[in-house]
Amino acid sequence: MKPMIRGLLAGTALSMAAAPLSAETLRLLTWGSYAPDEVIEKFEAEYPDIDVEVTFSNNEEMIAKLRATGGTGFDLAQPSHDRVNAAQQEYNIYKPLDMSKIDTDVMTPNLLEGVAANTTIDGEVYSVPHQWGTSGIMVNQAEASGVTGWGDLCNEEYQGRTSMRLRRTILLGMGFAMGYDPFALYDDKEAYQEMLNEVTQKLIDCKSVIKTYWTGGDDLSALMLSGEVVVSETWDSTAFKIYAENPDIVFVPPETGALAWIDTFTIPRGGEADDAAYKWINFVMRPEIVKLMSASTGAIAAVPNGIELLPDDKRAAVEVAFDQSDLDNLKFFANIPPGLEDMEGMALEQIKAASGN
Amino acid sequence: MSRDAGRLSLILLFAPFALWIGLLIILPQIGIGYISLREKVGINEYEFGFKNYADFAQAAVYRNTLFRTAWISILVTMLALVLGFPISYYIAKIARERSRAALFLMCLIPLWVSDLVRAYGWIVLLRETGVVSTALVSMGVINEPIEMLYNDVTVIIGLVYTVILFMIVPLVSTMQGMDDSLLEAGFNLGGSRLTVFRRIVVPYAMPGIVAGCIIVFMITAGSYLTPVLLGGKNSSWFTEQIYNQFITRYNWEAGATFGVLLLLFTSLVVWLGLRLTGQSLATTVAKDT
Repeated sequence: MKPMIRGLLAGTALSMAAAPLSAETLRLLTWGSYAPDEVIEKFEAEYPDIDVEVTFSNNEEMIAKLRATGGTGFDLAQPSHDRVNAAQQEYNIYKPLDMSKIDTDVMTPNLLEGVAANTTIDGEVYSVPHQWGTSGIMVNQAEASGVTGWGDLCNEEYQGRTSMRLRRTILLGMGFAMGYDPFALYDDKEAYQEMLNEVTQKLIDCKSVIKTYWTGGDDLSALMLSGEVVVSETWDSTAFKIYAENPDIVFVPPETGALAWIDTFTIPRGGEADDAAYKWINFVMRPEIVKLMSASTGAIAAVPNGIELLPDDKRAAVEVAFDQSDLDNLKFFANIPPGLEDMEGMALEQIKAASGN
Repeated sequence: MSRDAGRLSLILLFAPFALWIGLLIILPQIGIGYISLREKVGINEYEFGFKNYADFAQAAVYRNTLFRTAWISILVTMLALVLGFPISYYIAKIARERSRAALFLMCLIPLWVSDLVRAYGWIVLLRETGVVSTALVSMGVINEPIEMLYNDVTVIIGLVYTVILFMIVPLVSTMQGMDDSLLEAGFNLGGSRLTVFRRIVVPYAMPGIVAGCIIVFMITAGSYLTPVLLGGKNSSWFTEQIYNQFITRYNWEAGATFGVLLLLFTSLVVWLGLRLTGQSLATTVAKDT
C-alpha cells in the first residue's frame, strides 16, 4: 500500500507543479455555439499555455453582466455591432482594440469598415467583425406558400400557426413592413415613438393570429419541426440548421430586406488576457477554423469567401434563401442611441400584457 | 471563564447565520432600495426622488401584471392547500408507520430534478404534438390534436406541481404531533366528521397551514421559469417584467423599484391574509408547543 500512496502523492505533486505552466486563462463571453469544443481543443493544442473558459450569453445579458462588474470578469466578448457604441458611452465597459495585433487583412473589407464606423468613439475602434447573419421569416413550404414579408406573420390565413420572438427585432421588422424606415428615425425620438405606437397596435391586433412567442433557438426549432408553427420570425442560422432536417422549411428574406447583424469581437475594459484574446481572434478567422465555426453556428464568417466556407447543407440553404438582390437589400442594424431600448421595452410590455385570443 | 466560552461558542454558531442574513439578504435589499430611489436624468446623471415609483403608479401595464401575479399566486396557494391537505393527513395520520417514510419520499422526489427540467417535462406532455394530445387522438377521444400549452391553466398546473411540496412538508410535521385520542374524544362526544375536522383537525394544523401558505405564496409570486416557459402570449408575470427592466431595457432603476414593490406587495398580501383569517404569526408559526 505504502508505495502506492507515495506514488499517488508524487503524481499529485507533479500535476500541481505542471499547473502553473498553463497560467493564462481566456474567458470568453459569447453566444451559444460560438465556441465549439473542437475549436477550443485545437486552440489549446496550439497555445498550450492558454486555458479557454466559455460563458454563453446574448446581447442584453452580455451588457448587463459587464455593466454589473464594470467590465471585468471576461477577456473577450461578442456583442452585435449595433450594441457596442451606446453601451460603451453609457457604461464604459470596453477598451479600444490594438488593430496592429489583429489580422484585419483576412476580414471582408466592407464588414470591417462598417463595424469600425459603428464602434469608433473618440477616434478609437472598439470592435472587429466575426460572423454575420440576418433575421427574417422561416416558412414551412409544405403548409404555407406566398409568404413574402413580416406582415405575413399576422396573416389570418395562418391562424394559430405563426410565431415570433417578442424582442426589438420584430418591432423593427414590422416597422419596415408598415412602410417606415426605423433606422432613419433612431435620432428623432418623437417620430420613433409614433412609429412604435403604430407597430404596437399592429402587433396587439396580431396576437389572435400567432400561436406563441418563442424564446430561444431550441424552442423555435421544436415548434417548426413538429409542424405546430408554419411561419415564424427567425434568425437565418436557425432556419439553415432546420433546413438540414426538413428541406421544406426555408428562410425567406422579407421583401423589405432581411435585418442584418454582425457579431463582433470586443474586449471588456477589465480584460486580463488581451494577448490571448487577440490570438483567439486571429485563430478563429483562419479558413480551416472558420469552417468548423460556421458548421456549429450556422452564421457566415466575415471573410470574403464566408459563404463558400459553410458546410454543404448550410450553403445549400443559403443559396435557396438569398439571391444577389436579397443580399443587396440587406438592412444592417444601425447603432442604437441610448434610451431607445427603454422605449421599445415599454412597447413590448404593452404587447405582452394586452389580451387577445 | 466558562460563561465566556459559552458566549464565544454562541457567537461562533450565530456568525454564519448573521453573515448570511446580513450580506446576502439585508445588504442587497438596501442596495436595491437605494437604486430604486435614483432617477435617471441623462447619461450617467442621477437625482434622488420617487419618480420611479410615480412612473409605476401611472403605467397600467405594470400595475395589472402585479395584481395578476398576486391573484394567480393566491389561487395557486389555495389549490396547493386543498390538494395538499388530504395528502398530508393521509401521510401523517392514516398511513402506517412503515409506509409513511416512503410516501414522504415520493413527494420529495420531484424536488431532486431542477425547475427547468420539470417545466420541460410539462411542455413535452402538453404541447400540441405532445404525449397527451397524441394519445387522446390515437384513442379516438378527439379528432384533432389540441394545444394544452401556453395558457394560464397550464401555468397554474405547473406552479401547483412545483410548490405543493412546500405545503405538504409543514402540514405533515404539524399533524404528526396530533394525538389520535383528540379525534376519538371528538367522535365520542357526538361530533360528526365535519365537526371533528373543522373544530379539531384544522385548528391543530393551523400553524402548518399558515406556514405552508406563506411559503407557497412567496415562492409562487417570485417564481420565474415556470410562468415564462409554460405561459403563452398573454401570460405576463411580474418577475418577467423585472428581468426585462434589468436586462433588455438596461433600466436598473425601474427594475429595482419593481423589486421593492413586489416585496412590499407580497408582504401586504400575507399580512392581509393573516388578518382576514384571524391568525397571527405569534399564535401559529411561532407558537410554543
